[in-house]
Amino acid sequence: MSAIDPADPPPLLAARALAYARNEEPIFGPLDFSLAAGEVVLIEGDNGSGKTTLLKVLSGLLEPTAGEVLLNGVHLTLAKLSHQVALLGHLPGMKLELTTLQNLRFAVGLGGIRPGITPAIALASVGLAGYEDQPLRLLSAGQKKRVALARLLLVPAALWLLDEPYANLDREGIELVNRLLLMHAQRGGAALITSHGAYAYTSGTPRRIALRATTAEPAGREAGA
Amino acid sequence: MNPLVLWFHKLGSPPYFYRFAGRFLPWLYAIALVSGAIGLYGGLVVAPADYQQGDSFRMIYVHVPCAWMSLFVYAFMAANAFVALVWRIKLSETLAMASAPVGAAFTFITLVTGSLWGKPMWGTWWTWDARLTSELVLLFLYLGVIGLYHAIEDVRQAARAAAFLALIGVVNLPIVHYSVVWWNTLHQGQTVSLMGQSKISQSMLWPLLTMAFATHVYFFASLLARARAALLALESGKDWVRAIALAQPTREASAHG
Amino acid sequence: MKPGTTSAACVALLRRDLALTWRRRGDALNPLLFAVIVVALFPFALGPEAQVLERIAAGTIFVAVLLAALLSLDSLFRSDLDDGSLEQLVLSPHPLSLLLACKIAIHWLTTALPLIAIAPLLAMLLHLPDSVLPVLLAALALATPLLSLIGAICVALTVALRRSGMLLTLLVLPLIVPVLIFGAGACNAAQAGLPYAAPLLWLGAWLVLALVLAPLATAAALKISLT
Repeated sequence: MSAIDPADPPPLLAARALAYARNEEPIFGPLDFSLAAGEVVLIEGDNGSGKTTLLKVLSGLLEPTAGEVLLNGVHLTLAKLSHQVALLGHLPGMKLELTTLQNLRFAVGLGGIRPGITPAIALASVGLAGYEDQPLRLLSAGQKKRVALARLLLVPAALWLLDEPYANLDREGIELVNRLLLMHAQRGGAALITSHGAYAYTSGTPRRIALRATTAEPAGREAGA
Repeated sequence: MNPLVLWFHKLGSPPYFYRFAGRFLPWLYAIALVSGAIGLYGGLVVAPADYQQGDSFRMIYVHVPCAWMSLFVYAFMAANAFVALVWRIKLSETLAMASAPVGAAFTFITLVTGSLWGKPMWGTWWTWDARLTSELVLLFLYLGVIGLYHAIEDVRQAARAAAFLALIGVVNLPIVHYSVVWWNTLHQGQTVSLMGQSKISQSMLWPLLTMAFATHVYFFASLLARARAALLALESGKDWVRAIALAQPTREASAHG
Repeated sequence: MKPGTTSAACVALLRRDLALTWRRRGDALNPLLFAVIVVALFPFALGPEAQVLERIAAGTIFVAVLLAALLSLDSLFRSDLDDGSLEQLVLSPHPLSLLLACKIAIHWLTTALPLIAIAPLLAMLLHLPDSVLPVLLAALALATPLLSLIGAICVALTVALRRSGMLLTLLVLPLIVPVLIFGAGACNAAQAGLPYAAPLLWLGAWLVLALVLAPLATAAALKISLT
C-alpha cells in the first residue's frame, strides 16, 4: 500500500477493464467501476449474465481474463487473498450436520473475528437466539441463510460480496438484510449485492451496475445468447 | 531483441504458429515417410539376422524407436506443461495436450511389439520384465493425462490440470522405474533383454538410428497437425480463424468435423 | 481488525472435521468392511490351504487396504465442495496448503488408521506368520499416509468433476505403484527371512518428502480445479 497519496485514498474496491471469458466466450465485461467505503452497490442482470462469476472474480477466486481488481489500491490475486473480503455465495459453506454455533465458530477460526462480537451475539442479531445447539439440517432454508448472514457479522471483512442475499428470505428476512447492510455501510464497510431484479434494498438509492441488461458491448450480448 | 528470442515470441502467437506449422507439415511428413522407409528396408532386409535371436530380433526396429519416443514425448509434454503452468502460454498448453495421445500410441506400440517379441523368446506373451512394466505404468500415466484433459469441460482449465498431472508424473517416473527394477531383481527377472548386452554391429545399428530419426520427425509432424486443429477449435471465435474459414470453407469444415 | 492466526484456523478445521466424522461415523465403517470383504474373497477363490494363503497374505492385505483407502479418497473434498466450504477455505487468508494438510491428516486418521487397526485381523484370516505382522503394520503405517497424500493431489485435480471415481483410480494407480512394491516387498522379504529394513526406510524417505511437497501440490491443483 505504498506510494498512495493519503489525501486521496484509493477506493475500497476498484475494477479496471475487468473481463472474464470461459472457453474464449466472454461471460462479462469489460467493466469499470469502483466502490468506496460506506457504499452499497447493486449488480443487476438476468440469469446467466455473469453476476455470480463477477463476484467470484472480485473475491479473487477466479482470475480475470483481462483487467484487474484493486483492493485498497492493491492488486488482488488468489495468491495474496485478503481477509478484507467476505463472499456469500449460493452455497452457504456450512455443514448441515453441525450446530449453528459450531458452524460459526469454524468460520471465526478460519476468518478471524471482529472485536466486540461473539457467535452467540451474531446469532441473536439475525433473529436466531435459542437456535445455538440446533443442527443446521433442522433449520429452514431462510434460517440457514440467516446463519450465513451471521457469519458475515463475525468475520472482520470490510467488503461484503453477497450473491442473491434476498433469495429464500421472507419479508422480515429481507428487512434484516437491509438493516445489516445499512449497519455495515455506516461503520465504513461496503457491499456488492447481486439481484436478478427482485430488488429489495430500500435504504437510500444505491448505485447500480447493470450486467448486459443495458450494456452496449457486442461481446457481452453474444455471451448469453 | 535477439532475433531468435523474437522468433520464439512470434511463434507463441496462435495465428503465426498456425501458418508456420502449415508450411512445415508436408515436408515433415515427407521426411518421416522417406527415412522410415529407408530405416525399415535397412532393418528388415539389409541387416543380417541375429545369431542368437534369429529374425525375431528385427522387432527392435519398431520396438526400440517407439520405446525411446515414449520417453521423449513424455519429456516434451512435461516441458511444455511446465511452460504452460509457469508462463501461461496458450501454445504450450496446446502442444502438451496434443503430444499426449501420440506418446500414448508410441507407448502402446512398445508394449505390443515387446509382447510379440516375447512370445518366441520367452514363450509367453507377457512377462513382468522391468522395462515392460515401467512402460505399462507410463501408459497409465499417459491415459491419466488424456482422461483428465477430456473430463474437464473448460478446455484451458483442463489443459492446466492435465499439465499439472504430467509434471507429477515426471517426479513419479524415475521412482517407478527404480522400484520396478528392485522388485524385478527380487523376483529374479528375465536375463534376456530385447536390446541384449552384446555390442550391436554396424549393419544393424544404422537402420535403428534411421528409424529413431523417422519416428522423431513423424512425432513432430503429427504434433503440428494436432496442434493446428486444436488451435482452430480453441480460437474459433477469433478473427484469424474466421479469415481462414472464409478463405477455405471446405477445409475449415473438415477440420472441425 | 485482526484476521486470526493460522494455527487457530488449523485448529478450527481439525475440530470441525473431527466433529463431522463423529456425526457421520457410520460412513467410517465402509472402508473397513470393504477391506474385510476383499480379503475374505481370496480363500474362496484360491482354496483354504494355509500354505497358499500364507504366501499371498501380505500382498493381498496390502492391496485390500490400498483399495479401501482409495475408495474413501473421493470423499476427501466432496462434501466441502458441495456445500461451498471449499471456496471459503481457498478464500481464507491462511496458507491453503496448511489447511489442506490438516484435512488430509484427519482423513488419514479416520479412514486409514482404522484399516491399520484391523490389519492383524486380516492377517489372521490369511494365516500370515506372526513374525511378519510387525513388518506389515510398519509398512502400512508408512504406506497409507503416502497414499492419502498422493491421492489428495489427484482428488484435487478431479474434484470439480461429477463422476470422478474411475478417473481418480486411473490417476492414483501409476503414482502408487512404488508404494505398493516397497510396502508389500518389505513384508515378503521379512517372510522369506531376508532383511526388510531398506524398503521400509525408502518408504519413510518418500513419506517425509510427500509430507512437505504433497500439501503444496494439492493446494496448487485445487486452485487449478476451482479457477
